[in-house]
Amino acid sequence: MKFAVLRFPGSNCDQDCLRTLRDSFSATAEAVWHKETSLAGYDVIVVPGGFSYGDYLRCGAIARYSPVMTAVIAAAGQGVPVIGICNGFQILCEAGLLPGALVRNQGLHFICKQVHLRLENRDSPFTCCGTTGQILRLPIAHGEGCYFADPETLEQLEDSNRIAFRYCDPSGKINPAANPNGSLHHIAGILNQEGNVLGLMPHPERACEARLGGAEGRLIFDSILTALSATP
Amino acid sequence: MKIRVTVLPKPSVLDPQGVATAEAMKHLGWTNLGRVRIGKVIEIEAPEGPPDQKKLDEICGDLLSNPVVEEYSIDITE
Repeated sequence: MKFAVLRFPGSNCDQDCLRTLRDSFSATAEAVWHKETSLAGYDVIVVPGGFSYGDYLRCGAIARYSPVMTAVIAAAGQGVPVIGICNGFQILCEAGLLPGALVRNQGLHFICKQVHLRLENRDSPFTCCGTTGQILRLPIAHGEGCYFADPETLEQLEDSNRIAFRYCDPSGKINPAANPNGSLHHIAGILNQEGNVLGLMPHPERACEARLGGAEGRLIFDSILTALSATP
Repeated sequence: MKIRVTVLPKPSVLDPQGVATAEAMKHLGWTNLGRVRIGKVIEIEAPEGPPDQKKLDEICGDLLSNPVVEEYSIDITE
């Protein structure tokens, strides 16, 4: 089982993802430069966080046109799990693999802190080791993490149970005070229609070792590994 | 020839920069202003003129703006 961790000019969580996958999960993970045109042989694609292309124009707007993204779209279409974290989530939205967009935080500030999330849908390769309603504590670090979509799209996401994670308070209650960035419907992470593409603003790769402040992000990588090992 | 593309957040999207700037303007004494939206202007030099309208709209709608949250207008000068 092999992970591809994409690397764009300005990615800065690629090393975190590689180290986490290798050191905390003993997985095979390789960095893939954004100029590559093939992702053949990779079982999972990670689009990491950072500031691809310096966030010029809009977050993820230019990365979406990198050659590797054609291969990502093709792989996603074939059912390969794709996870976009933070800037990776923004890139997947820009690329049309996920609906909606991420805009400036409501409070205008860059926010770097621990938040709580409620797992809303365990029926995905990214969440199958969890339970619906489970609360995770993960770090966020973003300036443009306010999820926006038109009312019809939000209704579709709700109706098809594609909201994977919502911001909540430590007890799991969803309320405006626990929403760090003004995201509509308190959305922290969503799935595509087929369930094999996840985008989320929090950083699970930064929360996989207790000595680094928390290990609750392990659930996402454990789920991917479990789901893939169950696939014939 | 210059092509100026103005990109603004859609009115349906909360623009916290616009709201904050409107508040500042009110503090400066302009109290009866309406909505303020903050966007960006992209100036493109086109010595041989713009591409056809379809290509221009494609570039403006796919790259220069994100139609989920933004709208654009095109102004061709000189």
